[in-house]
Amino acid sequence: MADKTDLVLDVKNLKTVFFTNSGLFKAVDDLSFSVRRGETLAIVGESGCGKSVTALSLMRLVPDPPGRIVGGSVALEGTDLLALDESEMRSVRGNRISMIFQEPMTSLNPVMRIGDQIVEAVRLHRNISSKEAQGIAVEMLRLVRIPEPARRAREYPHQLSGGMRQRAMIAMALACRPALLIADEPTTALDVTIQAQILALILDLQKELGTGLVLITHDLGVVAQTAQRVIVMYAGRKVEEASVEALFAAPKHPYTRGLMASIPAVPASGVAAQARLNEIPGTVPSLVRLPQGCAFAPRCKLAIKRCEAEYPPLSDWGGGHLAACWRAEEVAEVA
Amino acid sequence: MTEALLEVTDLKKHYPVRAGVLRRQVGTVHAVDGVSFALGIGETLGLVGESGCGKSTVARSVLRLVEPTSGQIRLDGEDITHLSKTALRPHRRSMQIVFQDPFASLNPRMTAGDIVGEPIAVHGLAPGKELDARVARLFEQVGLRPDQMGNFPHQFSGGQRQRICIARALALEPRLIVCDEPVSALDVSIQAQVINLLIDLQRQHGFSYLFIAHDLAVVAHISHRVAVMYLGRIVEIADKDELFRNPRHPYTQALLASVPIANPLAKKLAPLVDGDVPSPVNPPSGCAFHTRCRFAMERCKTERPALLDAGDGHQVACLLNDGTGRGR
Repeated sequence: MADKTDLVLDVKNLKTVFFTNSGLFKAVDDLSFSVRRGETLAIVGESGCGKSVTALSLMRLVPDPPGRIVGGSVALEGTDLLALDESEMRSVRGNRISMIFQEPMTSLNPVMRIGDQIVEAVRLHRNISSKEAQGIAVEMLRLVRIPEPARRAREYPHQLSGGMRQRAMIAMALACRPALLIADEPTTALDVTIQAQILALILDLQKELGTGLVLITHDLGVVAQTAQRVIVMYAGRKVEEASVEALFAAPKHPYTRGLMASIPAVPASGVAAQARLNEIPGTVPSLVRLPQGCAFAPRCKLAIKRCEAEYPPLSDWGGGHLAACWRAEEVAEVA
Repeated sequence: MTEALLEVTDLKKHYPVRAGVLRRQVGTVHAVDGVSFALGIGETLGLVGESGCGKSTVARSVLRLVEPTSGQIRLDGEDITHLSKTALRPHRRSMQIVFQDPFASLNPRMTAGDIVGEPIAVHGLAPGKELDARVARLFEQVGLRPDQMGNFPHQFSGGQRQRICIARALALEPRLIVCDEPVSALDVSIQAQVINLLIDLQRQHGFSYLFIAHDLAVVAHISHRVAVMYLGRIVEIADKDELFRNPRHPYTQALLASVPIANPLAKKLAPLVDGDVPSPVNPPSGCAFHTRCRFAMERCKTERPALLDAGDGHQVACLLNDGTGRGR
């Protein structure tokens, strides 16, 4: 890790729970991580693993009830966001920390012009005239490479294509030059050629502005192409963390390994006709009834008695490569 | 290719766009605009393309779930394009479909067993007791337990629901199964399970798949041949290996280059196309891709390229290099 001053975000032991009719479940359980200036951290996992609740917890947008952040700290540039009251949080949200969502159509106001939405976000945090804010809005739309930004600023969201809307969302999120940007599945709703354009854009802007980026995705291809570090989550917990190179070269957790083996790859030079994929048996467990030990044990080929009884601690396997598995040492040898 | 089970010739599906109080027609959506292909017995043809390219409309037209505007669909040599509902009924048995969303395509008030048994009952293929036994066998074939037959859809996970949909499609022992994005709503680890199941079932039963997906990697794993669609037309079609190793249409090349590779050492996120897919209401003249193509020539704006053989059954619709597309 680099020195402390470089840290944009430092999350410690974050715990977010939901109180539902079928019981209490821990959506995020004891999660710690940090993001440096200009760094991209990817959080991967399947549905229900807690990656989106993590994002909402950082923004303090967890719907309460039923959800509540019950423990830990979220330090953004040294300030613990969880200790702020709601009005203080409002001055940080959208200003120092902002977020882009999966579905740009549902996160833009349909009856407000694109430019006005950016103006609103800017003027909320900066004491400037409407005219200056208009200028910033057009400048931001130009920055995200929307052609004819001045004309587009006067249009409504429905007049823009899906890719354009996501660009507008990015423009709005970056308008106040936040220290940290959270992108929750920013390209999942987009076609693959548009996805490539948007990802390239996010990375360019991040480099230009020095923003820390938390990228939440289920797509390991996106992770490999964008992130410097990766967290793998399963059933609300971090099961592995490593640099992107280390993770893809030698995953230490059987779940990460299974995930990598089960994604179909576009063949560079021919695959046997109808290649079977490696599959992880079973399904993701319900968070209401988690097993006592490792949550992945019921689906794991390597599971032993100990895995069912005791949750494995996150241990360092060298160079900041963390994994929570009793048999991490053997993962590389056994498939 | 072996004998053709399904032959589609110059299929077109246009939808009118109406506007104003008088609902006058102001334009036409060219959803499918002249698509031809053949599907062999026991073969899987993958149909890929981005949203709005018409791949789902092709699937639904083949099953006559939407009425094609023009063109011909032959199943087992018989023209089914204009058959009446009753005349079509015996053919319906031999073609089935699996949809994308296993949450929306199962009746929440029916038990899983009834859902799978319904097509058998409708076609009167098995009396009472025998029906249960057949449904139980189908459950086992798709990896579900027969004791789950009394459960309702909400008691199953997404992957299990897709298995129910597959069992229902198998119930009538079809010869063609159309899969419309069958795994895109599923988690990665579950996706692999369903793809493997589809491959295994085809090996056992020898039916054909028309497999529609936007995910090139999924298509690469299940298909024997792959067709790439853009704005209502097939721009390239070839054997799977050939298509991925030697794509010739600039759009196919851009599509392949846009897929993020799950290997950090192979960094090459370089989008090869700019802009968005144009609207199918007024598709560009000539080659529909010319507005985004980096290699477009003057002719591309006016001349519509035909799907021509570029050697070894590799067909491509591109004017570059005398109609053989762009080599890499």
